[in-house]
Amino acid sequence: MHWGETGTLGTPSLFDLPLPFVLDLGIRGPGRYLHFLAAWVPLFTGLVYAISGLCTQHFRKDLLPRESDLRLQSILKVALDHLRLKRPTEEEAQTYNLFQRLSYLTVIFFLYPFMFITGFAMSPAITSVFPIFVNIFGGFQSARTLHFFAANFLVLFLFIHIAMVILAGFTKRCRAMITGYSTARKKLS
Amino acid sequence: MSDNISRRNFIVTGLATVAGISGLGIAAKIADRYGLLAPDHEGIFGVGEALTYGAQRILMSHHSLVREFSRSEISKVSPVNHGRPHYDPYERLLSGNFADWRLYVDGLVARPTAFALADLKRMPSRTQITELNCEEGWSYIAAWTGVQLSFILHLVGTSPKAKWVVFYPFNDFWGSIDMPEALHPQTLLAYGMNGEDLTPDHGAPVRLLVPRQVGYKNLKYIARISVTESLKNIGDGNGSAAPEIGYSWYGGI
Repeated sequence: MHWGETGTLGTPSLFDLPLPFVLDLGIRGPGRYLHFLAAWVPLFTGLVYAISGLCTQHFRKDLLPRESDLRLQSILKVALDHLRLKRPTEEEAQTYNLFQRLSYLTVIFFLYPFMFITGFAMSPAITSVFPIFVNIFGGFQSARTLHFFAANFLVLFLFIHIAMVILAGFTKRCRAMITGYSTARKKLS
Repeated sequence: MSDNISRRNFIVTGLATVAGISGLGIAAKIADRYGLLAPDHEGIFGVGEALTYGAQRILMSHHSLVREFSRSEISKVSPVNHGRPHYDPYERLLSGNFADWRLYVDGLVARPTAFALADLKRMPSRTQITELNCEEGWSYIAAWTGVQLSFILHLVGTSPKAKWVVFYPFNDFWGSIDMPEALHPQTLLAYGMNGEDLTPDHGAPVRLLVPRQVGYKNLKYIARISVTESLKNIGDGNGSAAPEIGYSWYGGI
């Protein structure tokens, strides 16, 4: 991976990935087409999500940390629960805890837009219209390296997210996610 | 009740889906009419290509210019993925220093012409310092000198019906670009690089330079250029050889 505008094999690199075998793989299958098709999916779904989230005040009500979340005692409790891998109670699962709120906000408002902007920065067509997309990163190679890191963070988030869902009770949480139904809410109503 | 999927919701969603799918068909027809449909738009992956090409074409509806760099930014290393062809007629022309090479321009043109390299070098030239970035990741900056493709196209007189310009190189990696790209001021038929003649591995005698698209669209070793209204009957109809190896026809990425 390189930094700056230009870079290639044989020029100084930022760091080398331990994947020399990929150079011999050649191009196989539809990976490239899939990449650029897949990029459209989070753009459309992301727009719908962002607009509906703003309209319903989902971000402000459910994701922005509450005042009570920011008390030291509450932060310590959430941290300890995470360290112990404690399963949340049904009442706790009704809302997001501080760590969830912060990681979701980071993914939604930083990582996803960052993926798109670093991606745009690698398109000579888009940068011919908006050179700022590549210039803010200091060049094509910098944008490429950052795109790579952002993608890895998203994958990392996905793995941790799924692991937590399984820990919190996979069936229950998926049912709640899809239908909005949960045993705790049932009791409340 | 609101927790459950109601019948009404189900019907509305179903109707919206049907409308969406038929809408796609109509959208494709309209896009094609305005030159916004990529030749390799068919199949499930073609959806992505159609969206990308259409969106970028609209975005670039004016002649947006790529960044040009200063002389001090020219790269010392300029990588090559596929070197020159090691067979005739390329070898023979190379050994004759391309004196016998001709650039044939034909198709939907008023005056089909064969240009010698010396003819091209006598035409008004343009030098631009632009970046060439390969989709594999590498990139370099070089000073390219050549004739604007638009100059050649005006010389031969393209028909108003012309929509695509097809390039046939001495290797089999043929390709094409659309008319707006062909008439773009930074689209060159380059014969010089960093102040010297193009080297064989960089595409001598003449390569296409389309700096608004990634490396593989900048075809090397050009032998013939053909102007056409449709790409359907050329090769397998995808507009270039690139889709055969998993690369899309459009390279603006």
